[in-house]
Amino acid sequence: MQHSNTQDTLVGLFVAAGIAGLFFLALQVSNLSSFSNKASYTISANFANSGGLKVRSPVSVAGVKIGQVSAISLDPKSYQSVVTMSIDAAYNQLPDDTTASVFTAGLLGEQYVSLEPGGSDTFLKDNGKIDITQPAIILEKAIGQFLFKAAEEKK
Amino acid sequence: MDNRIHQPNNLVSIRNLTFSRGDKKIFDDISLDFERGKITAIMGPSGTGKTTLLKLIGGQLYPETGSITVDGNNVHQLPRKRLYELRKRIGMLFQSGALLTDMSVYDNVAFPLREHTRLPESMIRSLVLMKLQAVGLRGAKNLSPSQLSGGMARRVALARAIALDPMMILYDEPFTGQDPISMGVLVHLIKSLNAALGLTSIIVSHDVEETSAIADYIYVIADGKVVDHGTPDAIKNSSSAWIQQFMTGAADGPVHFHYPAKDYIDDLLSTGKRY
Amino acid sequence: MIEFLQHLGNGTLTSFGKLGRGSRFLIQILSGLTDTLARPRLLVNQLYSVGVLSFMLISISGLFVGMVLGLQGYYTLSDFGAEETLGVMVAASLVRELGPVVSALLFAGRAGSALTAEIGLMKATEQLSGMEMMAIDPIKRIISPRFLAGCIAMPLLAGLFSAIGIIGGELIGSGMLGVDDGAYWSQMQAKLDFQDDIINGVLKSIAFGFVSSWIALFEGYDAIPTSEGVSRATTRTVVNSAFSILGLDFILTALMFGDN
Repeated sequence: MQHSNTQDTLVGLFVAAGIAGLFFLALQVSNLSSFSNKASYTISANFANSGGLKVRSPVSVAGVKIGQVSAISLDPKSYQSVVTMSIDAAYNQLPDDTTASVFTAGLLGEQYVSLEPGGSDTFLKDNGKIDITQPAIILEKAIGQFLFKAAEEKK
Repeated sequence: MDNRIHQPNNLVSIRNLTFSRGDKKIFDDISLDFERGKITAIMGPSGTGKTTLLKLIGGQLYPETGSITVDGNNVHQLPRKRLYELRKRIGMLFQSGALLTDMSVYDNVAFPLREHTRLPESMIRSLVLMKLQAVGLRGAKNLSPSQLSGGMARRVALARAIALDPMMILYDEPFTGQDPISMGVLVHLIKSLNAALGLTSIIVSHDVEETSAIADYIYVIADGKVVDHGTPDAIKNSSSAWIQQFMTGAADGPVHFHYPAKDYIDDLLSTGKRY
Repeated sequence: MIEFLQHLGNGTLTSFGKLGRGSRFLIQILSGLTDTLARPRLLVNQLYSVGVLSFMLISISGLFVGMVLGLQGYYTLSDFGAEETLGVMVAASLVRELGPVVSALLFAGRAGSALTAEIGLMKATEQLSGMEMMAIDPIKRIISPRFLAGCIAMPLLAGLFSAIGIIGGELIGSGMLGVDDGAYWSQMQAKLDFQDDIINGVLKSIAFGFVSSWIALFEGYDAIPTSEGVSRATTRTVVNSAFSILGLDFILTALMFGDN
């Protein structure tokens, strides 16, 4: 067996390049870098309707992404949608009278949670709850209401 | 045969061996003995399974019935570990040499030493050079197997086979396809190694002259049976017409020149229909 | 008719026999792995011939596949005014599908066929037999290190393929066609999930490496020891690996991405 050093070096380079490629995929391409490894805290909000919101949908304030939806479940008593969000620990100064709404990015785009901070001096803590919410706008419903209104006005 | 069976001095003894491949019986209830320290040859026409016999002795193939005992061990009943221990004491020279193509001559000879021992590299080097010197190829130690002639490859393989100082060497057609000089070298090597290292050798061959020149005892096998056995002189003077044809290489005799066919004239005069 | 049925039956028996031999072979390979781990030197040698020698092929193919994806994706997406999501399209198709599958197919053609030919020739020239007679188990010494090297090299190669492809897509997308570079990356990061996409892609390629190394080594080990037998075995390696990779890809995709 020839134990040539060049061969060792090339194998080393190959393995390093492969691992670098995988790291690139993990950090640069996927969402790993944005949250999983950062400290975060959890808040939740009840919506009358969370629409097409999904786990990992973005949570943003003024268009800046500060966290993501970590779970969606149904409250069996109130029949409301309970949306749990994990928020980047850097943004720990959300007032407790913040409003949460489900919006759609563009006409057909993805749905996301938009938070609108209120004026309170106390902040939301871990496992805190947002009380003021605005449900997702369901397109069919909105169009239906519009037509109904238009019909009534004609009368 | 009977006068040899009970000799305790047999290193290998084969008893009532039967082995077939598909429907063809390669060995049909044969018994052979190989005496310690001697060169025993197994001869016979091509396709009589002589190589198969060596693989049976080495435990690479399993017989249907019968037993093969090597140095007191029944080869086919040994647990795997013991079989491998036994194989370390058996060298085998394959027809092609079976050198590892991705290593140099030196590394090929060092291979069994490196695999089976924890000797320091300096000692391996001395051993390898000694073995290569014994086959006269110390100067070729840096060549790769593809640079060797067939005869040289076999000599390197022989050096590798004796690397672990075995008790026995199995030779598979060592003379086939060699020019007269390398043939002479190999004949000389097999003979002198056997004497110098106190080996037992089993040679499988159909090269009558070279084999009978060095063998102490010869078995002739044909059609799955032992046709004759004895010292080279006894075989040469055998009264059997078949043996005579085999030993002298006559074109026609008990073994016909023509492959069995229907009558020649009839065949020529027939309409050419295919059957 | 009867002859045909007989032929069919024989063929079925033969393939079952082969599957059985292959499975037993796999078990032998796996039980030889402990010895391989004890001798990393053998593994490094094989990583060289399996991995390093496929490196150029995989990287250049990855670059071109990524560039083509960028080009095709742009033309399709721009019809809907969604050029900004080009990054998502390129990365998702590479990481989930094309990276593992195409690099596995290339791997089977480059390294797999070479493995089959190597092992087949070793068998034909009695090197494997010779090793056995030297009391060295050829499966432990020759086969297992090659198998492990294949399983390690495959995900690395697939990762490289995807990474280079994504960069290739960016070169075309934002370099030539004017897609916003920030959008290319940020949309991609927002949409692709580490667990669902990257890890699953890597798992796929490990499975492909496992299967194609197994097939390549088995075909070589099971080859008829003549030059014709070895050349046929090499062809079978490429064909069978391709079938197995694509079939396995379907199953894995259904399992991994099915519940979304």
